[in-house]
Amino acid sequence: MSLAADDTILGQATRDYPFTKRHCLSVSDFHRVDIENLLRLGEHYLNLEVQKSPDRSVLSGKTLINLFFENSTRTEKSFELAGKRLGADVISMQVASSSIKKGETLLDTAATLNAMNPDLLVIRHSASGAPSLLAQKVECSVINAGDGMHAHPTQALLDALTLRQAFPEGLDGLRIAICGDILHSRVARSDVALFNMLGAEVRLVGPPTLVPLDADMWGAEVFHDMKSGLQGCDVVMMLRLQLERMSGAFVPSKREYFHYYGLDRKKLGFAKPNAFVMHPGPMNRGVEISSEIADDPDVSLITRQVETGVAMRMAILHALAEAQSSSSEQSS
Amino acid sequence: MSVVSIVNARLIDPASGRDEEGGLICEDGLIVEIGNIVPRGEIHDARGLILAPGLIDMRVRTGEPGLENRETLDTASRAAVAGGVTSVVLMPETDPVIDDISLVDYLIRKGTDLPIDIHIAGALTKKLDGKSLTEIGLMREAGAVLFSNGSQPIRDAQTMRRLMSYAANFNALIANRAVEPTLSKGTVAHESNLSSRLGLNAAPAISERIMAERDIALAELTGGRVLIDLISSKAALEAVKTAKAKDLDVYSSVSINHLCLNEVDIGDYRSFAKLNPPLREESDRLALLEGVNQGEIDVIVSDHDPRPAGEKRLPYSEAASGAVGLEILLAAGLSQVAEGYMDLMAFLAAVTCNPADLLGLDTGRLSLEAPANLVLIDPNKPWICASSNLKSRSKNTPFDGRRLTGRAVKTFYKGQEVFSL
Repeated sequence: MSLAADDTILGQATRDYPFTKRHCLSVSDFHRVDIENLLRLGEHYLNLEVQKSPDRSVLSGKTLINLFFENSTRTEKSFELAGKRLGADVISMQVASSSIKKGETLLDTAATLNAMNPDLLVIRHSASGAPSLLAQKVECSVINAGDGMHAHPTQALLDALTLRQAFPEGLDGLRIAICGDILHSRVARSDVALFNMLGAEVRLVGPPTLVPLDADMWGAEVFHDMKSGLQGCDVVMMLRLQLERMSGAFVPSKREYFHYYGLDRKKLGFAKPNAFVMHPGPMNRGVEISSEIADDPDVSLITRQVETGVAMRMAILHALAEAQSSSSEQSS
Repeated sequence: MSVVSIVNARLIDPASGRDEEGGLICEDGLIVEIGNIVPRGEIHDARGLILAPGLIDMRVRTGEPGLENRETLDTASRAAVAGGVTSVVLMPETDPVIDDISLVDYLIRKGTDLPIDIHIAGALTKKLDGKSLTEIGLMREAGAVLFSNGSQPIRDAQTMRRLMSYAANFNALIANRAVEPTLSKGTVAHESNLSSRLGLNAAPAISERIMAERDIALAELTGGRVLIDLISSKAALEAVKTAKAKDLDVYSSVSINHLCLNEVDIGDYRSFAKLNPPLREESDRLALLEGVNQGEIDVIVSDHDPRPAGEKRLPYSEAASGAVGLEILLAAGLSQVAEGYMDLMAFLAAVTCNPADLLGLDTGRLSLEAPANLVLIDPNKPWICASSNLKSRSKNTPFDGRRLTGRAVKTFYKGQEVFSL
């Protein structure tokens, strides 16, 4: 079933609007139709039967390199798993033990990797814009798995896919609050762009020190208190207080932060009844979210986000590989 | 039910602009009737003297907790009522520093037994280190009305920016001293002909202007409310004026000392006139008085800073700076009014309704249902300030031996007489 289904799904989806993107660097690289196609493909891979016995020919003979300059559990492992399930040769570079630690620059690393002729390069870097720099220097597809405080498009896609599962009628008209450390969050930036594209109303909620000055120009309404910010929300997405990206004090104490911005039952009560809670992880329990909420299967989509992660990444790899082969057909 | 009537008074209420003959009735600590009244209950004849709202002093240091040899809340409250002051805002420079909700709560509780209102200025940074934010939100909920780093300014602009935008969320007012720390480091006087002849390390007036301009620019960026604390120079006042013209949430305070004295008062190295900021030139003093008259300076404070003689009777440059002022604020201001330098209504506004509005207090005005915190003022009474008669535990004042005109004759707190001359 898998081969046929695969072909039909992507085939159907891309008949009118072929997926031609070479890279996946930021949400704004894609049109709404691209996004729809990716999400539909993601839904296909969500089926565990399809996922566990997939069509290994999709990426067979392709090489995927994971290049993670920042620590990651979820993202790196889900890309590794997604690549392996689709039949690619997957290499995860151990940055800590590689030449990068010996002082090699990013572009030298790029040249070295390029010489190995990979097909897909997944990169996470602490500097905003590093993946697009790399994309200019290598011949393969580059997938941004998070760059500094700029973008995390695959997380945004998996968040959207998770929401499509929770709200089968779609994101159109949903009110989504993204709360906490907006300033340092690449997830927030990508989510705002994608949710807007899908027709949701996005709100940003956080202390003024952790919300960029011009965030109201991103296409989201800005609030500084949870009560008014969560009013009427269908979804509450909490973000991690990114202590490692903070120089100096942005909030006085964890106690005060939790008091005003930590998600507990009381604050969740400001949102719509039956609102869902999301968190891109890793969580700081008791700082931005109480365990009571995080572990409540009735409201929390947090583990589902991780499940969706593998499927969504399979979809992205699949689409990029498809685009590669169609462009090589064209050129030949 | 306790009823007190004050009759035959000149009622002055800067909040409403009222200045007329009349009386006032207090019931259970609140003002219930003003103007033409039929007196009842306990009756006080004001004999034509001024009846005004009790003063609110927005900048007071005591030694409690930790430095009780300087002043306790009890001695400070006795000094306050003798000077017509019925509300004080305590600075966080105590030992330990007021940087935590438990201390805010402790001091507010302790104040409930006193004949004045005790309000708290919480520290802006932990231990006043100038770096780490304090729990401004929680302290505000616990009752802190103002946030200040004491006599040390927030040196780091990034920290100040975050403080302002964080505090703006709670609509909390931040006070920052207008001192550029590197220009003012180690200085003990105003930079001028006089200080150079005296051989004193001196700070230029623009030190104040630079910091004031920085904080004004940050207020513009963040939308925060900032009080430019203790301006002493024409240069800083100009900066404040420009900010006010732009309609920013920028306010300023001045100490009574800088409205009454100038650098000449340090004379032959009088350490009792050593203040922070330093006394400046006569032209600065006149500009500040004009600033009060024009409403450009919002608040006049005593900058009450009690110091035992041991800290003051030292060579000028080694002596501690600071002066007591709770008992002197009103009298020294009235003296400037009597000499024609200051407008009575503008002066009273700067010590009653203006600080009340800035801090969000219901006191500082003669209005129905407001607390009956009142001061009966004889504006013409001549007297000589003798430091030994002061009720403060510390007696350090540059006004010792000065002739003053006008003072508080009676003070009422919640309708009860708590001081009578």
